[in-house]
This record gives sequence, C-alpha cells and structure tokens, in this order.
Amino acid sequence: MSGTATPRAGDVAAAERLRERALELGMTASEFELVCAKLGRLPNELELAIFSLLWSEHCGYKHSRKLLKRLPRSGSRLVLGPGENAGAVDVGEGFVAVFKVESHNHPSAVEPFQGAATGVGGILRDVLALGARPVAVLDSLRFGDLASSRTRYLLDGVVRGIAHYGNAVGVPTVGGEIYFDRAYEQNCLVNAMCVGIARREQLLRSAAAGPGNRVLLLGALTGRDGIGGASVLASADLDESAADKRPSVQIGDPFEEKKLIECCLELAERGLLVALQDLGAAGLSSSAAEMAAKGGVGIDIDVARVPLREPGMEPFEVMISESQERMLCVVEPDRVAEVEAICAHHEVRATAIGQVTATGKLRVFDDGRLVGEIPAALLVDECPAYDLRGERPPRTLYDPPPAVVAPEANPATKLLALLASPNVCSRLAVFEQYDWLVGARTVRRPGEADAAVLLVDPASGSRRAVAAATDGNGWRVAADPYRGAFHAVLECAANLACVGAVPLGLTNCLNFGNPERPHAAWQLEHAVQGLADACRALGIPVVGGNVSLYNESEQGPILPTPIVGLVGLVEDAAQVPRLGFANPGDAIALVGPAGSRRSLRASELARLYGYGLPERLDDFDAAAAVATIQRVRELAASGALASAHDVAEGGLLVALAECVLAGGRGADVELPALDDDELFGEAPGWFIVSGPRHVVGEIGTVIGTVTTGGDEATLRVVAPTGEIAIARRELERVWAQPLRDALDRA
Amino acid sequence: MRFAVVRFPGSCDDRDALLACSRFGEAHFVDHRESDLAGFDCVVIPGGFSYGDYLRAGALAGLSPVMGAVRRFAAAGGPVLGICNGFQVLCEAGLLPGALLPNCGLRFVCREVEVEVASAATPFTRCTEPGTRLRIPVKHQSGRYWAPPDVLDTLERTGRVVFRYAPGHNPNGSERNIAGVVSAEGNVVGLMPHPEHAVDALLGSADGAVLFECVARAEVAA
Repeated sequence: MSGTATPRAGDVAAAERLRERALELGMTASEFELVCAKLGRLPNELELAIFSLLWSEHCGYKHSRKLLKRLPRSGSRLVLGPGENAGAVDVGEGFVAVFKVESHNHPSAVEPFQGAATGVGGILRDVLALGARPVAVLDSLRFGDLASSRTRYLLDGVVRGIAHYGNAVGVPTVGGEIYFDRAYEQNCLVNAMCVGIARREQLLRSAAAGPGNRVLLLGALTGRDGIGGASVLASADLDESAADKRPSVQIGDPFEEKKLIECCLELAERGLLVALQDLGAAGLSSSAAEMAAKGGVGIDIDVARVPLREPGMEPFEVMISESQERMLCVVEPDRVAEVEAICAHHEVRATAIGQVTATGKLRVFDDGRLVGEIPAALLVDECPAYDLRGERPPRTLYDPPPAVVAPEANPATKLLALLASPNVCSRLAVFEQYDWLVGARTVRRPGEADAAVLLVDPASGSRRAVAAATDGNGWRVAADPYRGAFHAVLECAANLACVGAVPLGLTNCLNFGNPERPHAAWQLEHAVQGLADACRALGIPVVGGNVSLYNESEQGPILPTPIVGLVGLVEDAAQVPRLGFANPGDAIALVGPAGSRRSLRASELARLYGYGLPERLDDFDAAAAVATIQRVRELAASGALASAHDVAEGGLLVALAECVLAGGRGADVELPALDDDELFGEAPGWFIVSGPRHVVGEIGTVIGTVTTGGDEATLRVVAPTGEIAIARRELERVWAQPLRDALDRA
Repeated sequence: MRFAVVRFPGSCDDRDALLACSRFGEAHFVDHRESDLAGFDCVVIPGGFSYGDYLRAGALAGLSPVMGAVRRFAAAGGPVLGICNGFQVLCEAGLLPGALLPNCGLRFVCREVEVEVASAATPFTRCTEPGTRLRIPVKHQSGRYWAPPDVLDTLERTGRVVFRYAPGHNPNGSERNIAGVVSAEGNVVGLMPHPEHAVDALLGSADGAVLFECVARAEVAA
C-alpha cells in the first residue's frame, strides 16, 4: 500500500501520473482530489479503477441522485423500495411481486444481439437477488427510422437477442413497446423490465452481515469481458496488444443463467443465505462494496480464489470484470457445505472467495497479499452528487419526422396511414419470436390486452394475478417533459385499468442525453417532476429503477425517454377483458375525463403530417384523468366489460380499428364530427370499452355497436359531415405487414 | 396414474408439465441422473432448452443416464410423451424416427395453432377421434419435422403420424404438416405443440388436456 509520507519528488510524479489516469478513466480532477482527501492518501491503480467505476454516472447516479429524491417512496403495498436490487410490493396470499426496469442501451447499439440478450440476463438477476422467481419480461425498445438499414439491423438483432436469452432461460416475454424516431438512430434504447414472484417470508436482501461469514461467488467463470467497456482501462494497461481489441460487450449464456436461477431459488427456499446480490456493472467491486455498505460491515475478497476463464488476469480485471451469470452470496460458515452441495446438484460453480469483516472496508487480496483497501461506504454512499443546470432547448433540437400524409387527405386515408406507420402497426412479428407462455401463468399475452396478466401462483388454482405494462412516448416528452412524463405514467395506469388491475408500484428507466448539457438537464428535471407528480396523483410509490444518460451522438441527443413500468394486482383473472371487441350487439362507449379534450399536439397524426414539436402539450386535469382510470379499472375488474382499450397513439379512430383488428368483429360508430382532433387527437385518460349498454353507458358515452365478424366485418363511422367505412380485411392488410417486412429485410 | 416428468438442466416447461399431469394423476419430477423409472405409469419429457440446446436441440439430453431408463420403460410398453424439446430428445435418442430441423423462417415462433389428431391409436389419443381439431400453442426454434421420403411414406402408411398441423397452421415448414409421430410399437409419442400449455381455458385453451386424460383413463381401464 502506498503510504502518506512527506512528499518527495517521486511521490509528486506518482500523484501526477495517477491524476492523469483518473482523467483517462472519466473522473474529474476534483473527484480525484476528493478520493485522495477521503482516503487520506493516494489511491493505488486498482483502487482508482474501482473508484472510477463506482463513482461513474452508471453506478453512482451523480447527475440524477438529487432529482430522484423527488419521487414518492411510500405506498400501502410497498415491501421494498429503492436501494435494493429491485422493488417489491405485496400482492396478497403471502406473495410479493418483485420488479425493476433497466437499460442496456449502449451495448445494444454496439452489438444488438448480445447487448439485448445480456440486458435480459441482467434484469433477471436483479429480481433473482431478492429470492424471487422471474416470471415475466417486458421490453421497451426505441430505434431510428424504420426505413434505415441500420434500424432494421438493430431491431432484428435486439429482438433475436431478447428471444435467444428469454426463451432459453424459461421466462416468458409478455409485453413492452417499440417506438421509432430518427433521434434514436445512433443511440437505440433497450430497456428490459422483469417481474418476479416470491413468498414474502423468503425475500432476501443484499446487505452483508455477520463478520466471519463466508462470501461465495456462484455461477459462471470470470473473464475479461466487459472490461473493455471501461475501455480506457484495457488500453492503458495492455498497450496495443491484441487483448485490448477484445469485444467489450459481454456474451450471455442463458443455460448458465437458468441453472443459476434454479440453484439460487433452492438456496433461498432452504433459508441458507444471509444475503444475495447479482454481479452487474463493475462486477465484483460494486457487488461486494454494496453488500458491505448496506450491511455496515466490511468484505475481504481474494481475487486468487476467483475461478477464471483465462489465465493471467490482473487483480483489477478480476474485480471489475462484467462476466455474466454470476451472483455473490453471504453464507454462515457451518452452512457452506450444504450450499456447495446444492450448487453441485444444479451444476453451478460455487467458490468461497472471501468473508465478511467488521472493518467496514472492501479489501482486495491477491493470494493473501493486500492489494487494495477502500471504506465500502466511501465507494457506495459518498460519490459526489451534482446539481443540474438546465435550460430549455429550442424546439429545433429535434427534426420533424418526414411527412407521409397530407392534412387535406380524407379520414380513411389518414387512418390507413396511421395503421401502416411503424409506431402503430402490428407488433406480432416481434412478439411471436418470444415465448410468452412458459410458466403457465400468462392469462393475457402481448396484443391481447393493454397489459400482460400473469397468475401469481398457478399451482394453487388461485386466480389472483399481477398485471404489468410499460410506456414512455419520447416525442411527447420532448414536446413537454413535465406533461409528457406525467402522461406516460397515466397511460401506463390506463393500460392496467383495462385489465382491471390496481396499480401497486412503478419502476422507471430515465433515458436521456448528456446531463452536463443544459438541454438534457432541463428535460431531466421536468420529466422527473412529472413522474413524481403523476405517481402522487395515482397514490403509488416508485420502487426503483435505473438511469441511462449520455445517449447522444454527433447527430444530437435522443428524445428524452423516461420509460415507466407499472405492476398492478388483479383479484380475479377470469374477469379480465381483452382489448378486442368480442360480442356482436355489445354497446361501444367512449370514456374520458370530464371537460378534457383530445388534441393533435405531438400526436402520431401530427408526426405523419411532418409537424415538428409543438410549444407544449395541452393542459389536462390530472384528478379527472385518474378518476376516469379508476372507474374503468373497477368495471373491468368486476367482469362487466367485454373489452377495454385505451386511446393512445393515433387517437380514437386508431383505437377503434385496433379493437376491430384484435377482436375480429366489426363496429358501427356514430360521432359528432370527423375532424382531426375528434378522430386522431390524443390526451390521457380516454378509453374505448364495450359490453352491455346499461353497463358501459354508465361510465361513458355510447357511440356505437359491435357488429358481426367474418369476411364482412367492417369499421363504419358516421357523422353529420360524412362517413368512413373500411373492411377489417383492409385494416389488417395495411396494419399486419410493415414490421414483418422490415424484419425480413434486416 | 403416476406420471414421471423428466428434468434436464435447462428444461423450462418442466413445472408446467408437472402441473398439467397432476390434473389427471400423481406427478413427480425425475432427475436426469436417475436410472430407474420403477413405479411410474407414464413418462413425460418436457419442453425447454435441455443443456442449452448446445450441439443440437436434444442431442446432449439424449445421452443422459435417465434416457437409458426411458428406453427400458418404452421397451416394456410404457407410454412416453415427448413435448417439443422432449420430442427432439426422443428423436436424438433414436426412440422416434426423423429429426427436428430449424424452422423455415429461421426464427423462433410462439403461436397458437390448430392441430388435427391423425391417429387415435396411441395411449395419448385413444379417447379422441381422428380428425379432432385441437387448439394448442407451439413455441420453438427447431420444429420442422423431417425424415427421408421413404420413412415419411412408411409413417403415413402405418398410421404413425399422430398429429398434423391443420391446413394453414404449419408454423415451421414440417414435412407433410407432421406435428407429432409415434414409435413402431405405438407407445412413444413425440409432438412439437405444447399440450401441457393448453389444459386451462383461462390461459388460452384446454384442448391439450385430452392427451393426459387419454393416458390416465387408459390406465384406469387397464
């Protein structure tokens, strides 16, 4: 260890070298000074490497930590909030739902297949770390213009990657959304949300405890993968050797993860673990430091005991490797043998690599020789937090989308253009590449309802279920970060309402540009406030999430994209309506907040007109929207509705067309007018429901009737000023193909 | 009726198969290291990605110790059902003819399809009528049934095609729309669709339950 003797010429030179290294590693000069001051000495190279990663934006949330404090953290059903690997809410009958959304944007932009695959693998382990069985994955994907070959390549690779990992690991992919805009051309977004189910008494924490307890590394071998992600490290130490050209994206092995899941669940069930934590960004360094800091203890790791995939790895490489499919656990000494036996049964590697201490420090040994020593709390809790200096960007920051339909066109033409547009067309070509049914829980699959519905405990015969959905319209957030983010939460709640689910908690992933630049700082601040206020309006807590900043390229920043994921409770899954019209003769009602109007501002139709961002979104009455959402939810939960669908991208006419497409029935609808705002306007809190007239008439305005299916099925809309009539087959023809064609041309 | 549900590392639909079997009898997991199936009346090899599908789907599982026991169980006339990866395993183990090749579209496909019972002369279909249509999901990357033309001719001639995809429902390019076949002795059945995922209307369809019901009922009759 370097001491703190009187400065000599050599020490000054060493300090200067380290400072330069710190800058290369992405730290600021003042952060380096802070490390020195807090340590009371210069860090050595290994310690500096660990600091640079744990104090990075990715691990340390330097630019978002202060803002995130604005999010509500309490709720009547909350079991575990932010700070753990995932959040947890009580879903009754002794079970909790565990969930979190996380980004894997940058790796997916570099190598879409493995980037997306390991994104799924990572979020599964976050849920597993709480001792919960992962039971569902939802993916929020954002890409550039579908007409570009890069977009099609990324889309195809990401979808194959999600399918490759999720299908083989035996966790169904049940939902999510895909949205295209040129602003994502260079920086695609891959956000994966996982929902798990655990018995409440079996929930595990990540806080290490009990000095003398053993620290075991479970799962895959440790290699150099992911180290290149902090590429400066590799290039600094390995010069221009071949090793530094190693791909920096991690490679996933779902088979290893499947074994790891079953193994950890058995260890949890048998109560053999004191604590469990996954290895994610920054690998062992962050996992061990976080476990120690949370428990107020220390952890010693001997890197010489870590099973390696390749020889000759330096201690710092072992400590920061991001090799996949690994978990770290704390075990009492007299239970180590039992843990090892269970791991052996599952053919999962288990190695004691260290122990819990009372030092409060993360200490790294190399075959018994101390090579690094840092107070764990310093790494985890004392990373500096910065204030944002935001300034509203000009609307010209984002290009208007290309015009594809003229405002003078007739409503039928506009509807068909919307249905054929990348942001509205059928997602089936993507979703049918995912196993959405393994686990025997999936009551509502993708495209069948606005939210996925999964049984909590299929073995018991209970019909209690959780519902999950994700949302986040970047274009609307770009137009108005506060209202746009607020709307994203309301839309997600509307999705849950359509399956009769009471929202219990929210997770979010904040995908933004460079927070050190005023535009992104401004977007971030206002969007987070919007999320916070929306959650308060719904009375739900934010249980955790993830932040992905610096999504910028020379072409500019991405659309500010807060992805929200909601989990709700369905008391009786047998009552849940689908989104498609079901029974000829049923009444169709339009439900919306009193006094609210839908408008074309930042709508999908406005995008098809080639309109740029509006000055702002319309004012809306949040309380009225929440009340409407609640009324729809109560009716859906009661089993009284035959169908329920929210009015989202594309407005009322697109929603009606989707109900016709999904249900295979036609519809006869009468509207007061056929103007753009009425037919295609968007606003939060609007729904199309169908069912008996006396039921749906009670919460909305009856606007029509479900008609027969088959070849004659037609969507017919009449108004004093005209009529639209389009056969379902014609709707299907334009709606079904675009994404399938794009994938075929990838 | 005592069902054995064989479990390999990487089996994913094992618990689902157990759940489906337990609707019609008593069901237990059997580990891939076991070499004894004494006391079981029916063996189910579930879907998933045994051994991560490394080498070829089903290839490694086909060599595991439990397959020796399955072979003996089958040779003694015991009913064996291989579902999806289980079908691949049975083909790789030589208990069923043919092979499951990568889907025509070269993509994983998960979809509810209609399947017709082509033969009611197996333990898993004997309580149905030929021509009965079942709505059952498929989900696989390598589900395209293939065998040399003379083998296919023999299978058809001897009534060993048990399930066919209904017209327009072949999701993978399987030869002659074959979704499932039976061994020459008539007791080992493999199919790509997942009947264990179609035993509860709440989850989409209950049409697959008939396979488990048939085998359970046969045992009662015997």
